[in-house]
Amino acid sequence: MNQQVAYTPYHPRWHRQRISTYWWLERPSYFLFILRELSSLAVAWFVAWLLLLVRAVSGGAAADQQFLEWAGHPLVLALNVACFAFVCLHAVTWFNLAPQAMVVHVAGRRVPGWIIAASNYAALAFTTAAVVALLLFRW
Amino acid sequence: MSSHITLRVARYRPEEEAESTFEDYEVPCPRDWVVLDGLNHVKDQIDGTLSFRWSCRMGICGSCGMLVNGEPKLTCATFLADYAPGPIRVEPLRNFPVIRDLIVELGDFMGKLTRVKPWIIRQVEKPLSDGEYRQTPEQLDEYKQFSMCINCMLCYSACPIYGLDPHFIGPAAIALAQRYNLDNRDEGASERMRVLSEHDGIWGCTFVGECTKVCPKHVDPAAAIQRYKLQAALDWVKGVVLPRATS
Repeated sequence: MNQQVAYTPYHPRWHRQRISTYWWLERPSYFLFILRELSSLAVAWFVAWLLLLVRAVSGGAAADQQFLEWAGHPLVLALNVACFAFVCLHAVTWFNLAPQAMVVHVAGRRVPGWIIAASNYAALAFTTAAVVALLLFRW
Repeated sequence: MSSHITLRVARYRPEEEAESTFEDYEVPCPRDWVVLDGLNHVKDQIDGTLSFRWSCRMGICGSCGMLVNGEPKLTCATFLADYAPGPIRVEPLRNFPVIRDLIVELGDFMGKLTRVKPWIIRQVEKPLSDGEYRQTPEQLDEYKQFSMCINCMLCYSACPIYGLDPHFIGPAAIALAQRYNLDNRDEGASERMRVLSEHDGIWGCTFVGECTKVCPKHVDPAAAIQRYKLQAALDWVKGVVLPRATS
């Protein structure tokens, strides 16, 4: 934007609208966007959680037990439930946006966007099923 | 249906006032009148000092973009009857300086458009005797969607990133750069990438996605930007893994 404007009677002053600090509350879509961006913090938290878990397990039975007791504290539990909701939002919003970023051609034809989104969900379902199977059947 | 509807129009008269104000005008509301018809009625019959841009009245020229009840719209394609019983708030496009009433300053956008070189670039032009540059329907389909942009700037008005950081090159300019990158006759992708990979280029976009929602020609600028990011990231990886091949 040209900030070096010389205003004269023949070049009257332009009116510049100020962006509100709370612009993200003006539309539901802006608010959802901010929630999606904030959900990155929840993803980072779970990465840190995984590292803490690995450290506790590698530290022996006592350290593992101490970690489990900390994890069962109501505040930590509430934090993890909230973060899980944010991670779900993160996954759904990004999977739905993936077709806009990815253009895939198979046999010279463009793959429809819904197949790209569906393949993301299928990969998530497969990975989740594999983790659940690992936990239940201790493969 | 009521035979009239109220247009609540933003007025800014720099010789008289420092801030914009609203004025109400009662206009006829036949089923086939659009907001632009209402504004033209005001100008012709009620207040000749009202200023706004328009030209083709059929969604081609991109001149008549304004905020209608806060949403960026082409006023030639927005029917009054859809907003009955009103009133309908008509304001200049958000995120641009207002020169007068509903007229915004275009210089910033025009400068950015030129920076991305939205024309076919050839490293070496072949002689005329070799004939035209040919293109198959499939090659046309690769970029056709992005070529539908009419430079109406509704996407800039909807983009909060552009509002917060006016240096951001913006959705339409990037979509038009992508239109030429995907054209098989073009050889200027690396020149455009130099401009778009700067801080104010594609990386300024955080994928709010409002540009795509308001686009009257279904160009999907958000997709153009994300595809550009993906391409830039792949180019970077190739540059690291195969430095000789990409140099």
